[in-house]
Amino acid sequence: MSIDKETVKKIASLSRIAITDAEADAFVPELNQILGWVEQLGEVDCSKVEPMTAVIPNKLRLREDVVTDGEIRDKILANAPIAEHGFFAVPKVIE
Amino acid sequence: MTEIFELGIAGIRSGIADGDFTAKEVAETFIARVSAAKPLNAFLVETPEHALAAAEATDKAKAAGETLGKMAGVPIGMKDLFCTQGVPTTAASLILEGFVPQYESTVSANLFKAGAGMLGKLNMDQFAMGSSNETSAFGNVISPWRRNDGGNSDLTPGGSSGGSATVVSGRIAPAATGTDTGGSIRQPAAFVGITGFKPTYGRCSRWGTIAFASSLDQAGPMARDVRDCAIMLEAMAGFDAKDSTSLNLPVPDWEAALNSNLAGKKIGIPKEYRVENMPAAIDALWQQGIEMLKDAGATIVDVSLPHTKYALPAYYIIAPAEASSNLSRYDGVRYGLRDLPDGAGLQDMYAATREAGFGPEVKRRIMIGTYVLSAGYYDAYYTQAQKVRTLISQDFDKAWNSCDLLLTPTAPSAAFGLGEKNDDPLAMYLNDVFTVPSSLAGLPAMSVPAGLDGKGLPLGLQIIGKALDEQGVFNAGLAIEERAGFVAKPEQWW
Repeated sequence: MSIDKETVKKIASLSRIAITDAEADAFVPELNQILGWVEQLGEVDCSKVEPMTAVIPNKLRLREDVVTDGEIRDKILANAPIAEHGFFAVPKVIE
Repeated sequence: MTEIFELGIAGIRSGIADGDFTAKEVAETFIARVSAAKPLNAFLVETPEHALAAAEATDKAKAAGETLGKMAGVPIGMKDLFCTQGVPTTAASLILEGFVPQYESTVSANLFKAGAGMLGKLNMDQFAMGSSNETSAFGNVISPWRRNDGGNSDLTPGGSSGGSATVVSGRIAPAATGTDTGGSIRQPAAFVGITGFKPTYGRCSRWGTIAFASSLDQAGPMARDVRDCAIMLEAMAGFDAKDSTSLNLPVPDWEAALNSNLAGKKIGIPKEYRVENMPAAIDALWQQGIEMLKDAGATIVDVSLPHTKYALPAYYIIAPAEASSNLSRYDGVRYGLRDLPDGAGLQDMYAATREAGFGPEVKRRIMIGTYVLSAGYYDAYYTQAQKVRTLISQDFDKAWNSCDLLLTPTAPSAAFGLGEKNDDPLAMYLNDVFTVPSSLAGLPAMSVPAGLDGKGLPLGLQIIGKALDEQGVFNAGLAIEERAGFVAKPEQWW
């Protein structure tokens, strides 16, 4: 299946990446080339195969439900583009 | 006496132990090498004070008669994918420009605990996405190697761990960390004539390593020889409760058990790795590798890994899918870049920030990943790729019925010129054709330098082992290293 410019714009929007019309045009052949190439996987009969979940058999561990860190608010905010009053600051979401 | 900068980890260790030189002298030597290597663009940040502080601690510990750590007095290069406390870390992307981690990755912390110092943070392909170091937002890394045909064209050191490859082969650092998602340790190691080791998935903690594709990402050493890789991997590896896929197993003493006598070992030669258009020099090298392993006492057997040709397309669904999810964290809110156009709302801020911060290859992979995970396409692409991944893993399991290890070339070509493969993403992806299958199966694998091509450029051989059999891989690598007698190194032109 091949994708068109509208699909590229939809993917970019889902990816939260702003693109111009010209960029969308450039992505169409590129993405089609890559997707066309990966489609060869369709020729493999996988009807009796389970999808891989872990390459090395490894059970997810459980741990005690206790607090293991905290009191690091300033460290967490240290790299924020804008932090105010101990919070991450973003543009107004609700008018 | 050998110049200090010619020494690797083991050489520095014995020189310090014997009192030939101090750790401080080692650090100063390499700091000077780093300063002189700017034309190669291998470092994003230089941290001489870190290397000196670690060296002083080693000298003090030695004077006090304390037992020294495995990496004591060794100043290393750190790939910029590892978060280092107080030292800017960007993964070579504009979207993380100015990010200063408030914590230390487990791998770098382990290395520092073992006595290593840090010379600086190494340039790489942006978010480790690339095979030539040309996707860095901060410029290409240049290989110290040049073709012997008189041309001075700049060559790629490979990628994504290109900075690591350049500094180790250029004698600018004795060793460096790398990470490998589909070949990013092994291919650059092969391109510059050094040794690079990707351990079994889960040996090295991923905590604090900037994520690309979490089910594939593994850290490993890039060093001058097999012994140095064994020493360094011992220092890097180990269980970490902070990584849910970390293996809760003791770290073996790989160095102590190094043994190049391969009597009783069976080495498989997978016929599917004999690809079309493979340069004759690589085919010949592979044959020589077979002879070397026979000479070491091993038996050679032909094996088949029938799904090999599907490994790359499966990888280029799985890795972008995981990347699109992992990289959703770069939103302009918590760290890194924020691009807030006038009057923009939250959604516009996300889109503008990610547009400005990610490079073209990163965007391409996020877009592909988003598409293959989107409603209506998930099963056809992503689930199918994960099923094919199961078949690839089963291919290896079946091969282990008739052999202990596999021998293949590391890469389908020698290093190419910067800019030569930029126009075609697919041609670039084919670099990883021999390294991706073992990544998909989580197996340990290493590249050992074994010869030069007609233009005087290094070529590597790859050894792939069973899960957790790092020792077998190290030993076969040592057998090749001893017989190949690879001593070529780049002439210093920078």
